[in-house]
Amino acid sequence: MKILVAVKRVVDYNVKVRAKADGTGVETANVKMSMNPFDEIAVEEAVRLQEAGKAKEIVAVSLGVAACQDTIRTALAMGADRGVLVETDAELQPLAVAKLLKAVADQEKPDLIILGKQAIDDDANQTGQMLAALLGWAQGTFASKLEFVADALNVTREVDGGLETVALKLPAVITADLRLNEPRFVKLPNIMKAKKKPLAVLKPTDLGVDVTPRLVTLKVQEPPKRQAGVKVDSVTTLVDKLHNEAHVI
Amino acid sequence: MSILVIAEHDNAVLKAATLNTVTAATQIGGDITVLVAGHGCGAVAQAAAQIVGVKLVLVADAPHYAHQLAENVAALVVTLAGGYSHILAPATATGKNTLPRVAALLDVAQLSDVIKVESPDTFVRPIYAGNVLATIQSSDKIKVMTVRGTAFPAAATTGGSASVETVPAVADAGLSSFVGQQLTKSDRPELTAARIIVSGGRGMGDGANFKLLEDVADKLGAAVGASRAAVDAGYVPNDYQVGQTGKVVAPELYVAVGISGAIQHLAGMKDSKVIVAINKDEEAPIFQVADYGLVADLFVAVPELSKELDRLKAAG
Ligand SMILES: Cc1cc2nc3c(=O)[nH]c(=O)nc-3n(C[C@H](O)[C@H](O)[C@H](O)COP(=O)(O)OP(=O)(O)OC[C@H]3O[C@@H](n4cnc5c(N)ncnc54)[C@H](O)[C@@H]3O)c2cc1C
Ligand SMILES: Nc1ncnc2c1ncn2[C@@H]1O[C@H](COP(=O)(O)O)[C@@H](O)[C@H]1O
Repeated sequence: MKILVAVKRVVDYNVKVRAKADGTGVETANVKMSMNPFDEIAVEEAVRLQEAGKAKEIVAVSLGVAACQDTIRTALAMGADRGVLVETDAELQPLAVAKLLKAVADQEKPDLIILGKQAIDDDANQTGQMLAALLGWAQGTFASKLEFVADALNVTREVDGGLETVALKLPAVITADLRLNEPRFVKLPNIMKAKKKPLAVLKPTDLGVDVTPRLVTLKVQEPPKRQAGVKVDSVTTLVDKLHNEAHVI
Repeated sequence: MSILVIAEHDNAVLKAATLNTVTAATQIGGDITVLVAGHGCGAVAQAAAQIVGVKLVLVADAPHYAHQLAENVAALVVTLAGGYSHILAPATATGKNTLPRVAALLDVAQLSDVIKVESPDTFVRPIYAGNVLATIQSSDKIKVMTVRGTAFPAAATTGGSASVETVPAVADAGLSSFVGQQLTKSDRPELTAARIIVSGGRGMGDGANFKLLEDVADKLGAAVGASRAAVDAGYVPNDYQVGQTGKVVAPELYVAVGISGAIQHLAGMKDSKVIVAINKDEEAPIFQVADYGLVADLFVAVPELSKELDRLKAAG
């Protein structure tokens, strides 16, 4: 089995993102960038499938600026075999990403594609579903467990009421949720090894995909700040305030 | 303009998130149609027909719609999409699963988690865990979006008189099938619908200690929620998680117990009307958003809170 994993370069989750004063975007200069946390989980799952003898090859794909090579190298250090960067400086929205990933999948012919459930910058939670639609494949989103049963893949999904299991025909698209696994720490020797692994660079035009955005961001701004309230000195005061001041209990 | 709203339901009951989505549709303006795709879902269709503002209810009833499999529901929505300027679904696990598939099949973008309608083509949505709000204009012929329930009031459930029509099912795509589910059983209100929520974090130390919170929750008629750390540690099931990548809630009262207040958690609860934090670390960031903060050991404070609530009740 061959697995494709999509890895996005995003502002690190520890960074408190700020809107630019002129409202044209967010401050990204000198901000720490990392692999989207959900994509680390996606890579980890692929590597575990390989370690379990279920997967032969893992290809890590990223789309965006040249620096996405770093994100791919991280995936390679975790255990992916080779990387593909679709390089562009253009703004990529989920539909364009899904089209590019489909074009890569058409070339690579994987049996399984694993993405994160959500990129923590755009918070879209769309790309995996869109990719599955474009490929005409089954989708197992918000996955917390994968289990191969005969020729199907059973996916346990995190849903609003608890957990749900669906059986998917392969090939399929999976999006990783937080509880799928705990990603490993990358060890230094593996970072060295990753530098020697192959990484191909393509352009959107090589793949014949029009990435023109359909959505235009007119402005970004920070939401009104919530004012910190008061500290109370006892549970009695707390209950009194909630009852007599806030009138919520 | 004409708007298609995809109903959230379990074949028996229409879920409240549908009502908030109808309100968003009303704000866009135009005729509103609600699609009920399910199996044996006649009662849901009848309920949808009573919602104020809804003109038409379409029902697609087939076994392969029983579990809202995205492959099948998206294929159905696409056959109906032609006549609509907007397609909306609640930003629930179901809506988030299905709607991007619809958008891609229609070759249009999707807007996720819309919190404000500026005009029929311009909407506001949070990005970066709600640190920033983006105002976005769509140039697509059909505007597809999920709607954040906490941002729109619920439409009235009685007083409407929509007509109900049956639409033919599309054949089962045969790509996926439902195997089973493990739903969390609880007599407490649903997190996203509760007036009061009591949430616990890593500070609870153990799943068994959530009993302390459940006791308080029951006295308040509240739902119980959790931080990611509490879910990851296995204290409570996944559907308790509040946050950027869990549930978004905005109750009248949110009580955060042993939760530090990471930005990803705040993203899911900072629009609550009143926030209470109980934490033994006075520097915990949760205090920056709390209306009432109590610096205390939760194992002392929560049992005390339970007793004070008894006293309050006794005092009438
Ligand atoms: C991609 C991604 C997505 C995420 N999504 C979410 C999400 O949706 N929701 C979410 O909640 N988090 C999310 N997180 C995790 C988030 O970053 C934090 O790690 C998490 O919220 C911390 O949970 P916590 O506050 O319970 O734990 P901690 O940060 O460990 O805080 C525990 C708190 O308990 C207090 N405490 C300990 N003992 C006691 C006691 N006896 N009495 C009183 N107080 C006590 C401590 O002072 C501390 O403040 C996400 C992270 C990532 C990377
Ligand atoms: N530019 C990108 N490069 C690689 N993967 C991406 C990119 N954008 C999105 N993805 C994948 O799609 C997932 C969901 O992203 P989104 O739909 O934007 O929330 C991410 O977790 C990634 O796995």
